[in-house]
Amino acid sequence: MTMVTEQSNSTPAPVRYKRPRKRRINWGLVATYVAVILVTLTMLAPFIWMLSASLKLDRDVFAFPIEWIPDAPRWQNYVEIWTKIPLGLFVYNTAKLTIIVTVLQLLTSSFAAYAFAKLRFPYRNVLFLAYIATIAMPWQVYMVPQFILMRELGLSNTHMALICLQAFTAFGVFLMRQFYMSIPDELCEAARIDGMSEYGIWWRIMLPLSMPALSTLTIFTFVNTWNDFLGPLIYLTKTELKTIQVGIRLFINQYSAEYGLIMAASVVALIPVLIVFLALQRFFVEGIASTGLKG
Amino acid sequence: MTETTLSPAPKVPMSRRARKRRNLIVAYSFIAPNFMGFALFTLGPIFFALVLAFMHWDGSTEMTYAGLDNFWKLFEDRAFQSAFWNTIIYTVFVVPLTLVCSLGLAILLNQKIFGRDFFRTVAFFPYVASLVAVAVVWNMLLNPDFGPVNMVLYSLGVDPKNLPGWAADKDWAMVTIILFSVWKSMGYFMVIYLAGLQGIPAELYEAADIDGANSWQKLTRITLPQLAPTTFFVSVMLTIQSFKVFDQIFMLTQGGPGTSTLVLVYHIYNEAFISWDLGYSSMVALVLFLLVLVITLAQFWLSEEKD
Repeated sequence: MTMVTEQSNSTPAPVRYKRPRKRRINWGLVATYVAVILVTLTMLAPFIWMLSASLKLDRDVFAFPIEWIPDAPRWQNYVEIWTKIPLGLFVYNTAKLTIIVTVLQLLTSSFAAYAFAKLRFPYRNVLFLAYIATIAMPWQVYMVPQFILMRELGLSNTHMALICLQAFTAFGVFLMRQFYMSIPDELCEAARIDGMSEYGIWWRIMLPLSMPALSTLTIFTFVNTWNDFLGPLIYLTKTELKTIQVGIRLFINQYSAEYGLIMAASVVALIPVLIVFLALQRFFVEGIASTGLKG
Repeated sequence: MTETTLSPAPKVPMSRRARKRRNLIVAYSFIAPNFMGFALFTLGPIFFALVLAFMHWDGSTEMTYAGLDNFWKLFEDRAFQSAFWNTIIYTVFVVPLTLVCSLGLAILLNQKIFGRDFFRTVAFFPYVASLVAVAVVWNMLLNPDFGPVNMVLYSLGVDPKNLPGWAADKDWAMVTIILFSVWKSMGYFMVIYLAGLQGIPAELYEAADIDGANSWQKLTRITLPQLAPTTFFVSVMLTIQSFKVFDQIFMLTQGGPGTSTLVLVYHIYNEAFISWDLGYSSMVALVLFLLVLVITLAQFWLSEEKD
């Protein structure tokens, strides 16, 4: 593997010398590109196939050799999916759930994380340990009692149940707290001396500084809630409440041979996540690096 | 406002006690919104799950004390035993495979190559893509009779009798699930590794260049040792995640054919929401929890020992 330091094209020489050696092909770099392109194709091929199949007639989907760009794209598929199942309703339900959960998660996590990172109070470490301990706990271990609890609270078959379930995660508090730990305490001290309240410090200083962490948490929460399958599968049995993931599953069960339509619905389910991810991804690696998620 | 302030210049004179009290109220007011939700919907159910494992309950009639009944049932339940071993097998393959793939990908995409951001985004995309959608695509791609993957294999000269049956064949179903999981999650761990790689001081590589080290030496003597904490973190996360595997199995094989891809969480789901044996499903959940706990502790212990 070549390393960053081996880059040869980084310094354009101000004066042109005749190079003593002839230019040789950098085989390492060629190998890198070949590898990168192969990997990219593996990662991307299923999505391209999906897109291509979503524009075909059912009988053409499995035609071999694969016709990557359909001769006569069948846009009709994208019209039909909205009428065959209540896809619009599913998208609306999912969007509603995802936005509420993400906003609640960002607010309450960063709020609690501020206290864990910058304030001193009794039982701080015990409480934080309670959070940490549950990160490693698979949700499936307590999903049954949680389901019973929601039922007792009269929340089964409501979106409220899923919001309660996903908005207060230990992961969010942990991620934000790790980021706040890296912000110097002196900054808070200075603001306190200037008479700023703790709430003011959180709102005016910490939040604006924590864009990378907030973006990272937004991506995670948005993606997890949008794509959640088991939660809605257990909690939502009424069709009018279902989310897009469960909805597509329903679609597959009802119209198992309508491949083109299934693919079109899948493409629709992917688009919002793609948009959010592309909008926030420039913060993402930085966010992961600065929140200590790399260990 | 904390007690440790070195230069306290309070504008409003306040007694020490009153100030302390106010600080406490402020601190708890920060924590309360999240903690109340967390305590009610996570901590509470976790304790309830512990109790439920020693009860008989179908969720509607009265709950009765079961003692160790649910525990002994584990030993008679053939499905549980398959689920247990299948989970172990899945984890044993997925963890190292994903680790190697994501590390390789990270090293590849940490170089200054043209279109690097694009390639990174593509590699990460399967992780954020809806599992239902990608599982449906893979199900079609891997269709044993007319899926494109087998068609390609056939056109490459593989005997039709030897073509893999993928998710429909009991010998191939677990392989399919494992490959799918690696494909789906390696992008995420690549990002974590990228963050780790960027934390390695460039001077180390410069020094190695001066000493005339080749790429392989730099990889094994600098990159890998420097990434050890990241690798530890990734392996712990991967292990926990592998024990929790459910969605892709629900989408691709429903635990079958037979019980060839039945895993612990799938068994918990079946026992709870199909058979409504809540006590027993909590016992299986307890086993899952203990497994995760033991393995995570063992990993911590091993990494301490190495240092």
